[in-house]
Amino acid sequence: MTRSITLTLNGTKRTDTVEPRLLLIHYLREVAGLTGPHIGCETSLCGACTVHVDGKAVKSCTMFAVQADGANVLTIEGLDASGTLDPMQEAFWNEHGLQCGFCTPGMIMTAKQIIERNPSPTDEEIREGLEGNLCRCTGYQHIVNAVRSLAAKA
Amino acid sequence: MATTTAKPETLVGKRIRRREDPRLITGTATYVDDIQMPGLHHACIVRSPHGAAKIKSINIQPALKFPGVAAVFTGKDTENVGPVPCGSSLPGLRVPHHHILAMDRVYFVGHPVAVVVATDRYVARDAAEAIEVEYDPLPAVSDPEKALASGAPAVHPEWPDNVAFNYHQDGGDIEKAFAEAEVVVKQRITSQRLIPSAMETRGVVAQWLAGDRALTLHTSTQVPHLVRTLVAQMLGLEENRLRVITPEVGGGFGSKLNIYAEEALMGFIAMKIGKPVKWIESRRENFTCTIHGRGHVDYYEVAAKKDGTVLGIKLKLIQDLGAYHQLLTPAIPTLSVLMMPGLYKCQNIRADIVGVFTNAVPTDAYRGAGRPEATHGIERMMDVLAAELKMDPVDVRRKNFVANDAFPFHTATGLVYDSGNYAAPLDKALETVNYKKLREEQKEARSVGRLMGIGLSTYGEICAIGPSPATPAGGWESATVKIEPSGKVTVMTGASPHGQGEETTFAQVAADELGVGIDDVLVIHGDTAIVQYGIGTFGSRGTAIGGAAMYYAIQELKEKITKFGALLLESEDVSFVNGACVDNKTGKSIPLAQIAAASYRAMKLPPKTEPGLVATYFWEPPNFTFPFGAHIVVTEVDRETGNIEIKRYVACDDCGNILNPLIVEGQVHGGVAQGLGQALWEQAVYDDSGQLVTGEFMDYAVAKASSMPWIETSHTVTPSPVNPLGVKGVGEAGTIGCSPAVVNSVVDALSPLGIRHIDMPMTPEKIWNLIQAGEHA
Repeated sequence: MTRSITLTLNGTKRTDTVEPRLLLIHYLREVAGLTGPHIGCETSLCGACTVHVDGKAVKSCTMFAVQADGANVLTIEGLDASGTLDPMQEAFWNEHGLQCGFCTPGMIMTAKQIIERNPSPTDEEIREGLEGNLCRCTGYQHIVNAVRSLAAKA
Repeated sequence: MATTTAKPETLVGKRIRRREDPRLITGTATYVDDIQMPGLHHACIVRSPHGAAKIKSINIQPALKFPGVAAVFTGKDTENVGPVPCGSSLPGLRVPHHHILAMDRVYFVGHPVAVVVATDRYVARDAAEAIEVEYDPLPAVSDPEKALASGAPAVHPEWPDNVAFNYHQDGGDIEKAFAEAEVVVKQRITSQRLIPSAMETRGVVAQWLAGDRALTLHTSTQVPHLVRTLVAQMLGLEENRLRVITPEVGGGFGSKLNIYAEEALMGFIAMKIGKPVKWIESRRENFTCTIHGRGHVDYYEVAAKKDGTVLGIKLKLIQDLGAYHQLLTPAIPTLSVLMMPGLYKCQNIRADIVGVFTNAVPTDAYRGAGRPEATHGIERMMDVLAAELKMDPVDVRRKNFVANDAFPFHTATGLVYDSGNYAAPLDKALETVNYKKLREEQKEARSVGRLMGIGLSTYGEICAIGPSPATPAGGWESATVKIEPSGKVTVMTGASPHGQGEETTFAQVAADELGVGIDDVLVIHGDTAIVQYGIGTFGSRGTAIGGAAMYYAIQELKEKITKFGALLLESEDVSFVNGACVDNKTGKSIPLAQIAAASYRAMKLPPKTEPGLVATYFWEPPNFTFPFGAHIVVTEVDRETGNIEIKRYVACDDCGNILNPLIVEGQVHGGVAQGLGQALWEQAVYDDSGQLVTGEFMDYAVAKASSMPWIETSHTVTPSPVNPLGVKGVGEAGTIGCSPAVVNSVVDALSPLGIRHIDMPMTPEKIWNLIQAGEHA
């Protein structure tokens, strides 16, 4: 039993046949070959698999691929498609917002959403916004610095 | 013609952003689960749901009916593989035979029982669920003190007392110290079981090329060469036929400093089915089957004079080992004993360790590995002593610090502290918080009933682990430095960094030493077919030992470069400076790239000199290094809820010379996050039947962005004389310095209620109960 889905992935339309139970994260990683989003828990607790679905940050392990049928999906790989780093990628690099890098693709997608929703967040708002993404390396301080570096001066 | 880029200034000591980051921030790095191969199969492991049980039967037939299932293996199939090795040897150590799949009995929840191999990840899981294992559950015990009680269930029937080993160490004259004591303070202190929780779980991809008799293991590890040596032994394969590749590793914290059953199991499967096979640990498996850390119950006694001088320290240490010994399991508490005296000059110690089997996953090295427990113990005891003597905790510490002129300092536990100025970071941290004013604020707060606490720790640690005689495997590290014909520099380090940033810091050092730009240097690690034998990254050793090995390799190259320079400049008085050989008489110079090209072209060679510019150096360190520091934590406890608010976190660390402040800060922040986790939130809880009840991130609370305080970092710099870089190591400092400072702060906050000690984690529930009891006392 399979179903056909069509979605726009990092700006390109594609159609695939998938099992209805296939998680979006497994679709992205194993069908579409986008291994940037990672699997850290499969229980929607760590956020390593965060991608944008129709503009919203979503943990792609909590969604079936078929639920993304017709959606516009953006992964970490789509951020620098033009060949230039996204400002949030650059900010994480400048501020040392990563160590082992495993949580980073999801963390950056969430961080982008924070700024999109609130261009000038306080530190507290940044930390609340990052709450669904776990990092075991950085203690979050340099991640907060990275997000803050892109916050508009209020 | 290839040229090297101009190098404007010294790179060491600069806040340089990391060279490993571009692949990580773009999602193009390759972790184990990102590896795809033609014909790749997927493995799913069936694990014990019981803490202790006999296996009555296993029916694999239902699994074999699933289309796509290639094979199922149980303990009988893998009986001759292994055992999973224990690398530490203590006198009289009882070592249970650790099969890679359970035979007729399971010893902990998560114990592997069978493995299904299928063409698809989902099918492998479906089929694994269809396997019928009939168990006969047995009584289990997972609390180490209960396991020592008479009549406790025996974890291993052959050893009914559950004792794996006893270990004793004496230093000085402890009897005399306690006889002369004017005051003796005692305290039971626990360091709870913790789950390392690297964000990337473990994973293995194994590929067997039968025609070449070649097995390749891609595995998420901190120690690729040790995995090669030991897994080859487990499989009965010649070591040079096994290649271990460590791709990007998503965090380790000690949990990947090990040799795991699954690494040999995947090798076994690949060789059996002739197809590549992948196993990616689920988070649930990571919680139940990857090593845990800590697991101490410590009984401390400290003898002192009334002026606060510590005369002697006694420790009875009960170590929860779990059901088996993993690579270093029994060795970890012995590190605690070594570090018992902390930064203090006390010369009389007695330590007794009892290692206890429990029905739980083994404990082993987790960030700090033995030193956080020791530091927590001594730093808590200094506060207990201060409270007893009604002294300021700062004064008790100052009274006992090893003096600045006493280095190298010989400790009661047989260590030689390399260098130190223990008052310096304390003074700096006290100044940062304005300690005197803070105590006044606290007085005011108390006068209106607020529970404000000020706590500190002045910690020391053992880093750069370590000299070979002191470690289970070799304690050296290796480097190969190659200057390519174009003048570009390739460094291959035997250390296997996984987030610590050595691709950057090593390049900084190499660029400075060779006078080239940082982009001219490439640092390679983690592939046993490319990199010379090495030990790995753990115990804050990567830079302090691996970096030193690279430094010495470069020095050999510099001599050779100078010889070629002399030949090319036709001079005998030549120096190598700023990336060029200079004739000291004429001032004529020739750049490194030209020298490199000439060394490979080899039209002419200096006397007794080989062509090319390649040097390999295996560096054996003469000693450990001993970083230190002071952490001060200001807390306020909510009387109504028991919630602890961290008002200020000040960390002043001395890790010797700093190669890259940005990276050092990151290490401290991350270390503190894990120390705070232990102090406030984290605890692996097994119930009386051996069930892990904190088996997911839902129940096991690691630090979140919203739960972390702002950490104010600063440093003092006392270079280590042990290595030429003067570095000491910083990977574990934050964790080690943190937990006692936090607990001391909260105990201080609650001291008006008569509270003298609190065990971790200090959950609001625990604190609320203490407040209730204290208020009604």
